[in-house]
Parts: sequence; C-alpha cells; structure tokens
Amino acid sequence: MTTSRLDPIEIRREFPTLDQLVNGKPLIYLDNAATSQKPRAVIAALKAYYEQDNANVHRGIHELSRRATVAYEDARGKVAAWVGAAEPAEIVWTSGTTEAINLIATAWGSDNVGEGDEILISVLEHHSNIIPWQLLAMRTGATLKYIEIDDQGRWILDDIDSLITARTKVVAISHVSNALGTVNPVKEIASAAHDVGALVMVDGAQGAVHTKIDVQDLGVDCYAFSGHKMCGPTGIGALWARKDLLESMGPYQGGGEMIHFVDRQESTWAEVPHKFEAGTPNIAGAIGMGAAVDFLADVGMDAIVEHERDIMEYAMQRVGAIDGIRIYGPESLDEHSAVVSFTLGDAHPHDISTILDSEGIAVRAGHHCAQLVMKHYGIAATARASIYLYNTRDDIDALVEGLGKVREIFA
Amino acid sequence: MDTPQLSSLYQQLILEHYRSPRNKGELDDKTVEIHMANPVCGDEIRLQLRIEDDQIAEAKFVGQGCSISQAAISMMTTMLQGRSLDDAHALAQRFTELMHGDEDAAKDKALGQLRALQGVSKFPVRIKCALIGFDALQEAMKKHAEETTD
Repeated sequence: MTTSRLDPIEIRREFPTLDQLVNGKPLIYLDNAATSQKPRAVIAALKAYYEQDNANVHRGIHELSRRATVAYEDARGKVAAWVGAAEPAEIVWTSGTTEAINLIATAWGSDNVGEGDEILISVLEHHSNIIPWQLLAMRTGATLKYIEIDDQGRWILDDIDSLITARTKVVAISHVSNALGTVNPVKEIASAAHDVGALVMVDGAQGAVHTKIDVQDLGVDCYAFSGHKMCGPTGIGALWARKDLLESMGPYQGGGEMIHFVDRQESTWAEVPHKFEAGTPNIAGAIGMGAAVDFLADVGMDAIVEHERDIMEYAMQRVGAIDGIRIYGPESLDEHSAVVSFTLGDAHPHDISTILDSEGIAVRAGHHCAQLVMKHYGIAATARASIYLYNTRDDIDALVEGLGKVREIFA
Repeated sequence: MDTPQLSSLYQQLILEHYRSPRNKGELDDKTVEIHMANPVCGDEIRLQLRIEDDQIAEAKFVGQGCSISQAAISMMTTMLQGRSLDDAHALAQRFTELMHGDEDAAKDKALGQLRALQGVSKFPVRIKCALIGFDALQEAMKKHAEETTD
C-alpha cells in the first residue's frame, strides 16, 4: 500500500533504462515531459501478454481470446478507477492524448459546433490541443478564441465574460502545460464554462502524470491522457468522458468492433465505449497502461507528488541561481509542476542540449510543440528539464554542473 | 571542456562567427531569396543572393538559430562573394560530404574556414543544423536557374 515517503534510489532500481552510461557518464534522464521511462512491472506485463495470452479480444471463443479480453478489460477498469470514472465504460482507449482530443473535436464537434459558435482554448496549449480545434473551426465556420497568458505563463482570466459567452460551445484546455509546467485553474474555468452550457475538454497529458486525478472533483466533461508519460507503453492512451456524453455522440471511426448490426446501407453501433474503438485495439498497450497504474498506485500518488515538489523546489532554486538563466513559467510552485523551462545567456537551447548530452544528461530543446508559447515570449526555443518520480537532487546537481559547462563554452 | 568531441564541436571560430556573424542583414538588390526553416528546432534562414553573369556578386542572410547553424551560414557567405555558380555548387557538395564524415573532404583546403565544422559530423543530430545554409544555397541556385531559363 501507499508509503508515506518515496525512496527514489529504490524506485530507480525498477527502471532498467536508468542504469546505463551515456557518453561515458551515468544517464541523468530529465526529459520526462516527452516520455517517461518504463518500470520492470510494465515491461513484464507486455512480455507476459505476448508470450502467454496473445489473441484478439472480444470476438474469440477460445481460451487465449478469453484471457486477452479479460486482461484488456481489467486494464480499462484500473485506468477508470485511477481517474475516478463512474464506471469502466467511461474510458475509451485511444492511441494517446492526441487521438482522444481529435475524437471529441470530430465526433462531438461535428454535431455540436456550427457557424458563429465559439471554441475557447489557450495560448498555453500543446499543438495537439490547438490543431484539432483549428480544423473544427475551419470545417464549421466557428470562431477559435484564446485565453492569453501573463509573463509567468498563467492564464489571464480577468475578462472571463468576454472569453466565455453564450456562443461558447467548448472550452478545451490543458491541465498542466508541457512547455512551462503551469498548473491551470481547470476547476474554475470548468464552472464558468458550464454556466453557459459549454463542454469542458481537458488535455491531461501532463496533468494525469503529476497530480492525483479525480474527474468528478475537477467537474469537467472529458479528460484525455497518455500511457507513455506515466510509466506505460507508447501508442496507448485514454479518453475519459461522462457516459451520457459518450452515448450522445456519433461514432469517430468506422470498422470492426464498433458496430452492432451491419446492413448494406446502414448499421447500428456497439455500446460505449466500444462504439469509439474501431479495429483491433492496442491490446498489449492497454494491459501495459493498466500495469503502469498498478505500479503508480503501489508507490502512492501522494508520495510521488510530494517527492516531485521537493525536487522542483531544489531545481528552481539551484537552476534559478545560475548567472544568465531565465526560467519561464510561474514563480510559485503551487502553480508550477515538474518542468523547468529555461534559456541561458546567448547559448541556443540546442547547444545547451548537446553540451548536457555529452555529460549524459537528457533534456529537451525546442518549442515543445507549443509554438504559441514561444511566440508569446518572443523566443524560438527553450531548454526544458522535466522531472518524475525517479529523479533525485543529485540529478539536479548534475544538471547545474552541466549548465556550468555551457557557460564555460559560451562565456 | 574535458570531452574531446565537445571541444571539436564548439571551436572558437564557430563561437566567434555565432557571436559576430558576417554578412548578416538585408541585401537590397538581391536577385534571388530563399527562406528555409527547420520547424523541429526553430533554425531559420533567409538567404539572399545577387547573381550576375553566373556569379554570386553578393550573399547576405537574415536568420536565427543555434551556434552551429548560424556559424555555418556566416562562414558560407564569406566564401560565396564573387564565386561562380559552378564553384558554389561544388563547395556545397564538398561541405555536405564533410558533414557526412568524408575524410578527404576534411583535408580539402578548398573548404577554408568551413573545416572548423568538421566536428559536427560526429554529432548526427546536429548535422542538419550545419547544412541548412548550404541547403538554402542549393535551392537559391535552382530557383535562379528556373527563373533565367524561362
């Protein structure tokens, strides 16, 4: 069960990739906002499925198909419980957060958004929560509006009445910004959106990783998240949505699995969630994501949050003290999670990343699929160190030392 | 700088060109311009050439990006002034060979200062940074050829 404190040294032993030298130095992995490393339990679950139970789900009468179906649906139940869904049927498997957002923008959007309607997103969004809405706006003639951000990368909601109007049909926002780490006041905006009857869709790709999610408490309608950022495999993710909402929506993609009866000219659809799961799903991925949730539950989300907060406090203080550094995002850690996005003097972020890589330190450099955020600050890129449960204060010390090397070269 | 590869990458000459790029600015009487960007990393260049009688009379650029991309473009422009198109094409090819680890190219004095970029070939993910300027040059010469044969 949940332990009160997390021992990162013990945790690290569960992650085989972390135990290696890169460019002759012990790997310091600080690119977790891009993807997390995988614990043995997840790798073992994938291996066990492929070695023992591999079969297609739902349609087989034979033993392996039964086992695969049970494991696949069990995983759905685990993920449902993890986010506080009312029932497993509220979880639709997708290939990731991106597909989950596209599903809502397409299947819900085409029936509920029309010319003159408004879609509200924010400047902070990852491209995966911008482009599906741009496409919907172009298809329907709706207007795409943006919540602006302040200097610290926080939403400016002073004028919320002009942002959310009687014409607003959907508010689609990220829970936590991948580029800056800003934790957004999702609850507040959800309540304002519901006052005008708008749908609230949350991009939880980062949020589900660094906070304990309770979709009921958040008061939103849909929450999308990915397996690979929370210790699970790539290519699997989930859309949580209220069951009545899912039932009100038409299908997303057509194919096997999503139908009930098929006739020559028209067909009827399977019950939710299967209505939205055309084709053979990522069975192994779903099972792996279920194993990831088990692993995280075993460590304890409270312990993870507390540990990350400690590392972030240390990182903000140590990195922030470097001469010539600028850290983007909120100053207060109450509004800032897991990401240190920065520039250093006139060293380009790609040069920073190359120099750190030569020290075995993995960070990301670029626009982080958030070009609107970069434009807001008038920069092309930042370097981003992002932490997770297995990172230590020693990792931050190594980062700070590596940044010293950057300063030496670009002195 | 205790890592040998890193010191070969960040040569003083490269950092110097990064800080004080040559031929940076708008070329008012350009005859051809190519905009090239690497959306993955944000490297961006507008290369402007004035081509007269199959010669590059003048080359300038406007751009932003990492030290490798900006230094490579800066060095390239210093070598393009007054060069024939055939020569410029040969230079672009030779430099591309250098980036792909060709040892003969590394010894070729014709590459001049650009040889300082040899270390980039050991950093596969950075090769595209060094090549963006020459890629723009090839496109610019292609565009010039298309426009003049019309």
